[in-house]
Amino acid sequence: MSLTLASGTESEGATPPSELQQSRGQSPRSRGGSLARDALRRLMRNKLAVAGGFVVIALCLLAIFADALAPYPYTKTNFGRLNEGPSRDYPFGTDQLGRDVLSRIIYGARISMLVGLGAQVVIVLIGVPIGALSGYLGGRTDLALTRIVDVMYAFPRLLFVILVMSMLGAGLANIFIAIGVTGWVGIARQTRAQVLALKEKEFTDAARALGAAGGRVLARHIVPNALSPIVVAVTFGIPEAIFTEAALSFIGVGINPPTPSWGQMVGEGQQYLRSYWHLCVFPSIAIAVTMLSFTFLGDGVRDALDPKLQ
Amino acid sequence: MLIYATRRILWLMPTLLAMALVTFLVMHATPGSPLDPIAEGANPLSPEAQRNLAARYGLDRPLWEQFAIFLKKAAQGDFGTSFVYRSRTVAEIIGEALPVSLLLGAMAMAVAVAGGLALGVVAAVHQNRTWDYVSVSVATAGVAVPNFVLAVFLIVLFSLLVPLFPTGGWDSPRAWVLPTLTLALGPLGIVARFTRAAVLDVIRSDFTLTARAKGLSETPVIFKHVLKNALIPVVTVLGPMFAAIGTGSFFVESIFRVPGLGRFFVLSMTGRDYPMIMAVVLTYGAFLAVMNLMVDLVYGVLDPRIRY
Repeated sequence: MSLTLASGTESEGATPPSELQQSRGQSPRSRGGSLARDALRRLMRNKLAVAGGFVVIALCLLAIFADALAPYPYTKTNFGRLNEGPSRDYPFGTDQLGRDVLSRIIYGARISMLVGLGAQVVIVLIGVPIGALSGYLGGRTDLALTRIVDVMYAFPRLLFVILVMSMLGAGLANIFIAIGVTGWVGIARQTRAQVLALKEKEFTDAARALGAAGGRVLARHIVPNALSPIVVAVTFGIPEAIFTEAALSFIGVGINPPTPSWGQMVGEGQQYLRSYWHLCVFPSIAIAVTMLSFTFLGDGVRDALDPKLQ
Repeated sequence: MLIYATRRILWLMPTLLAMALVTFLVMHATPGSPLDPIAEGANPLSPEAQRNLAARYGLDRPLWEQFAIFLKKAAQGDFGTSFVYRSRTVAEIIGEALPVSLLLGAMAMAVAVAGGLALGVVAAVHQNRTWDYVSVSVATAGVAVPNFVLAVFLIVLFSLLVPLFPTGGWDSPRAWVLPTLTLALGPLGIVARFTRAAVLDVIRSDFTLTARAKGLSETPVIFKHVLKNALIPVVTVLGPMFAAIGTGSFFVESIFRVPGLGRFFVLSMTGRDYPMIMAVVLTYGAFLAVMNLMVDLVYGVLDPRIRY
């Protein structure tokens, strides 16, 4: 995980160097490369972030190889052994249908990772173009777009997601839509602020002077240089999306059963907490560990990309 | 200052209007209507009965007209009758549930601010030593772990393993403890992180050095010089804190069976209870907007350097 994140910054260096900058002997490739290496080195020094990164990698592997790792299929019922506590056969116990809680948690990692990463794709695809256009074009377009962003910002976010979900109905695709439609605002603001600052820089003028059209300047020169705050926003967006899915499934408007999701398991188990604690406690631990790992990793990435903060 | 405040207050109206419009459109744009509800226990109705009901609740009119009627009545404080709890008006339901949520929110807020400040100061004073790591870990856990998960852990610890508090309800102050703690931990983490950063910033400044140089001991330096100045940036996080407490209350209220406004979030939405949805979203939206406004104004009062 930490590697992919660092390569995200490296693409900053992978932008084609504009001729002017090369003639100055200051190719962004070499500068960007060392920037990414520096960031990676700082990240590796942060023990909490490294630990978080390891857990995240483990979770990804768990999600990918769930079929091989889970001791039972997640739908397999055993009506002879309902609501059993942890035992040798069922390390985390069984649920009200006699299904293995451990297997359901392993498969639940799939949903969490899918939503965490997938929703970010939607958010970036909506938020970055809107923010970039708003900042670059300025004038009326900017005014209109910032007004929309302000109103969206005023909305109680989770309330809006619940509203959209209860209207669309439960399901994985709808979760992507609901999180994407409500979540692009923050990243659009960040991108706009970056673009506003970068479009005044000399290299932008240089690109324009060499005849590059507006769209090309924006896509090849400005946006790649605005990447690090976007990377940071994405790393913090992942746990937020995971939380949103868990919260939605907890209320019952998220993932449809029988597909297991951690939030849904906590929501169902919570009603029987007094009698069958294991139904609720193990998925709760899974959510807590995942959220903490992503947060530690996110803090590390932010500090690594922004040395000023230290 | 006065001009700024007036302008901000005037901006509240269009913001709430836009919020009402978006909610109204999303509500109506999606398939499913209150007449063919997916809520449990709903009966399929004959077409005539459906037409009669639609006429009774004004659902047969064009959308813009429905929205205009809603606005006119809402301006007079009339949010209509709930579609689900047919015998009660929305205003009645909210009037009953909102005070409970407000009490819970206020208690959580107090715990969050007091605890967060303490944790943040302790962390900053002991920077990069054990107490710092303990405080930062608690703060991060509070921010990162969803409150329904915290609720589960707290119930297991303090109701099942060590039976100190009841698992739910709202009858006695003893029952208030766990919901308040659960709701407070997230915002407490936010306050602690900001306080730590702000205190660290001030502790390195010249006037702190001066205070130390003139021979003051550690306690007055921290309380009189550092904390007073560090509080200013912390005020800015109060806005997001209100939001966290507001939306967090839904989960906490449903787990601990608190009779507040939170449970109407989802009940109204899955039941297509149009008047209730509008009222709940607008109540929360208005609350957040007013609180944010107050935070911004207080900020201006606290920090004389700020000019509007």
